[in-house]
Amino acid sequence: MNNPSPIIAARGLCKSVANGAQSLVILQDIGLEVMPGEAVAIVGASGSGKSTLLGLLAGLDVPSAGTVTLAGENLFALDEDGRAALRARLLGFVFQSFQLLPALNALENVMLPLELSGAVHAAAAAEAMLRRVGLGERLRHYPKTLSGGEQQRVALARAFVMQPQLLLADEPTGNLDAVTGADVINRLFELNAERGTTLILVTHDDVLAQRCSRVIRLAGGKTV
Amino acid sequence: MTRLALTMLWRDWRAGELRVLAIALVIAVVSVTSVGFFADRLQQALTREAHQLLGGDVVLVSDHPWQQATRDAVIASGLKLTESMSFTSMARTASEAQLVAVKAVADGYPLRGKLRIAPAPGVADAITDALPATGEVWVDERMAGVFAVAVGDRLELGNSTFKVGAILTLEPDRGASFFNFAPRLMMRVDDVAATGLVQTGSRVTYHLLAAGERVDAEAFEKAMAAKLGRGETLQSLTHARPEIRSTLDRAGQFVSLAALLAVILAAVAIALGAQYYIKRHLDGYAVMRCLGATQAGLLSLLLREFALLGVLASLLGAAGGYAGQTVIVWMIGDLIKVQLPAPTLLPALQGCAVGIVLLLGFALPPLLQLKNVPALRVLRRELGPARQSSLLAYGVGLAAFAGLVVWQAGELQLGLIVFGGFCAAFALFGAVAWGALRVLGRSSGASGLTWRFGLANLGRRAGANTVQVLALAIGLTTILLLTFTRGDLLATWQSKIPPDAPNRFIVNIQPDQRVLLAEFFTANGLQQPEIYPMVRGRYVALNGKAVSGEGFEERARRMVEREFNLSYMETLPPHNALTAGRGFETGDLARGGLSVEDGIARTLGWKLGDMLTWQVAGENFSAPIVGIRKLDWDSMRVNFFVISTPSLLEKAATSFITSFHLPPDKTGVTQQLSRRFPNLTLVDMSALLKQAQDLVGQLVRAVQFIFLFAVGSGVLVLYAALLATRDERVREAAVMRALGASRRQVLASQRAEFAVLGLLAGLLAAVGATAIGWLIAQKVFQFPYQINHWVWLIGPLLGLACLGVNLRAAARAVLNTPPLAALRDA
Repeated sequence: MNNPSPIIAARGLCKSVANGAQSLVILQDIGLEVMPGEAVAIVGASGSGKSTLLGLLAGLDVPSAGTVTLAGENLFALDEDGRAALRARLLGFVFQSFQLLPALNALENVMLPLELSGAVHAAAAAEAMLRRVGLGERLRHYPKTLSGGEQQRVALARAFVMQPQLLLADEPTGNLDAVTGADVINRLFELNAERGTTLILVTHDDVLAQRCSRVIRLAGGKTV
Repeated sequence: MTRLALTMLWRDWRAGELRVLAIALVIAVVSVTSVGFFADRLQQALTREAHQLLGGDVVLVSDHPWQQATRDAVIASGLKLTESMSFTSMARTASEAQLVAVKAVADGYPLRGKLRIAPAPGVADAITDALPATGEVWVDERMAGVFAVAVGDRLELGNSTFKVGAILTLEPDRGASFFNFAPRLMMRVDDVAATGLVQTGSRVTYHLLAAGERVDAEAFEKAMAAKLGRGETLQSLTHARPEIRSTLDRAGQFVSLAALLAVILAAVAIALGAQYYIKRHLDGYAVMRCLGATQAGLLSLLLREFALLGVLASLLGAAGGYAGQTVIVWMIGDLIKVQLPAPTLLPALQGCAVGIVLLLGFALPPLLQLKNVPALRVLRRELGPARQSSLLAYGVGLAAFAGLVVWQAGELQLGLIVFGGFCAAFALFGAVAWGALRVLGRSSGASGLTWRFGLANLGRRAGANTVQVLALAIGLTTILLLTFTRGDLLATWQSKIPPDAPNRFIVNIQPDQRVLLAEFFTANGLQQPEIYPMVRGRYVALNGKAVSGEGFEERARRMVEREFNLSYMETLPPHNALTAGRGFETGDLARGGLSVEDGIARTLGWKLGDMLTWQVAGENFSAPIVGIRKLDWDSMRVNFFVISTPSLLEKAATSFITSFHLPPDKTGVTQQLSRRFPNLTLVDMSALLKQAQDLVGQLVRAVQFIFLFAVGSGVLVLYAALLATRDERVREAAVMRALGASRRQVLASQRAEFAVLGLLAGLLAAVGATAIGWLIAQKVFQFPYQINHWVWLIGPLLGLACLGVNLRAAARAVLNTPPLAALRDA
């Protein structure tokens, strides 16, 4: 049996920003590998560098040093558009602040990534996905008329409708109360299991982290 | 991708995020195309019907009868020939006497185009090849109305009586003159002599009309052009009546430039609308980048979406423009005597081009920033696209607008002056508003909490608030200008004319009629009028050097080429004020001297002491300028550009002219006067003045209509500026309310801010309207402007009222958003 290769791997990842004359180190020499199908939680206190790490893993930002390999491709050897194309093919996102487009209704929000990739039957796929997260009755509702939990479920549908290989979630329950948060997380793990998606989840919630197969802890920009 | 762009366009429209942009575009395009369509129809009428407008292929015009040799030359060139004479005279019925524009025509007229006549006013007309029969006249509808005459009735003209044969509804060469004051009467040339109307001093224009094969006409035109004498001109397809062209072109230019005020305000609204769109879409574009959209893909999507918006809004605007031009035609249709053909598509295309240029210039450069939104913004909201310099963002737009102004003005210099004027006015208003807002923002020491908060906001949002003040101030300036200032100007103009000022002119008085006329005045209880001699002469040399029209600008050239009305007297009229030199002194009376009006002296480059040579009835005389006079043209008295000492002119063929005041209860005298002295031409100045005022009124109404678009754009700018600060206001209010402020307190602080903005805009508008009014009074009407102090009250009140509406909208948004929602969205 062949050893499967990691879907994403980071080596010697550093990120620092200029702060006046000084340089502020946010991440320092991070190395990690995530295998296909794994569910990994990145935990740490506020300011530990969790979101920065997630941004680098997704190629949303560039590191000061180090590499990230996504599905065998060196992310930072690609230009911005190359990374975007790779994201479109492989990644899904769920954010703490949902990031739904206020001018679009639930269905249109879920259709958007499909439309951007030129997919046909975007509406049918999006509708099926919304029904899967229990929002079949709320297709035409706009974000401002949906509760926080419902908005995050729309975001889940938007992430999974593209059938990503890797789902990156940034504090997905951060803006939700405990009960709603638990419901969203249950659905997230269900979909993850159902579709064999790899999950990297940033959270400061230890209980949530324990539901993942592996936990990576960050403190002061380093893994501990 | 285009399909997706269309979907995005629909979604953005539905969300209300494109509304300001789209409406601004539509207004700008409507404004430009309504004027464009109108100008296009007029232009077509002038070009397509150029033959008809002339009545022939080549028309020779002269202020003296044509020699037989010229007639022979036309025939020899293989062209058909006919002729006509035009002059003004009094026509009479048993109860009315009225000045009419007589055109006497000969067989064959018109050589190009057709006459149309009707059996009665308002009845369907038809083309005719006939001319009035001998002893018959045709009158136009206006004249039929004034005299209340019908076909078959009798009319007197000079010593003759004529039967009205038909109602003349269209004559091809009437032209599209803005100044067809007198109603038309058409008769046969052969009948003119019997009327006795053409005498010494009569102003008659003689036309020779020629038409035939193009080659022959061109050859004749070329040969004839070289032989034209003084007072003779040639009109042809290539030299189409310049005075009509230039009058209409200038009017068209003026209205086009008025339309640009709406365009520039729309440009501001578009720029603000684009900023609002960017603000609302930063997150969305970041999400799209995160979802894998490439920069090129987003750029393509953005370009397509806005191209679609531009095309749709422009098409809608062009359709609106088509409707708008019908309103303009309806408003000033009376001024145009030609039938306007249907417009071409060109103005619609030009309008669309304006729409696209505005969008490309003012919306696209800032919008392009959206493609640069970092995807990382989905995690860190404080990240945005790199800030663009305003100059870079709007430089393209300003350059495009400058191009637009030059294009509409039709000439580079005027275009640049207008563009500079717009920029200077904006910069001045903007600078004053910005400075005032900054100062007021700091001066919050003594006031209460709500005022302090409201005033502080003035300074903090100085940029957005300046735009609001600017837009409102320009809109209000327009309104004040068109209501108060315009009313004042007209009232001052009219009040300048004293109630007993002369209101009738009599011209064509023959020497032997002076005594009889004096007796007539006495018999009718009228004050004896001052009668002045009038001799027609040509200006031929300045200081011994022959002058010709060449080298002068158009107005001066026409003055040089036509005959002057000269007068002679020993003492200058008392209402003439000397500005240089002297009145006629004994020495001058012996040697001969001239006194000239200062305006014409400037136009023709005359100075005190210059020796002018004049030709009267074929003989020349020269005399120096001994005095320069200023005339009050509004006095309604007889005025002369050039007055000589008697010895120089008294032997020449002279007619006399006078003006007098006819009290309203004695209007019947005109009828008697006309009957007693059929050759005299009595000009009703009050009627002419009223017609002039009506004319100005109609033009002003058309311009007012165009300015409505500017006001519409102004309101849009206000709304856009409000939108730009709305999110910030909502957040502030949420913080205030979270900290325990009541709805009343929140409202009061907003009210304080809007009150100052409204007052400031109103004051600026009052200053603007007063300044423009002063400028018009000084430069156009030439009288001292009385400032109307009401504008200082009405301007700020209007400003308050406008921003009151804004306040309501803002307050609704602020108070209807739950504080928690506002804070969470932040």
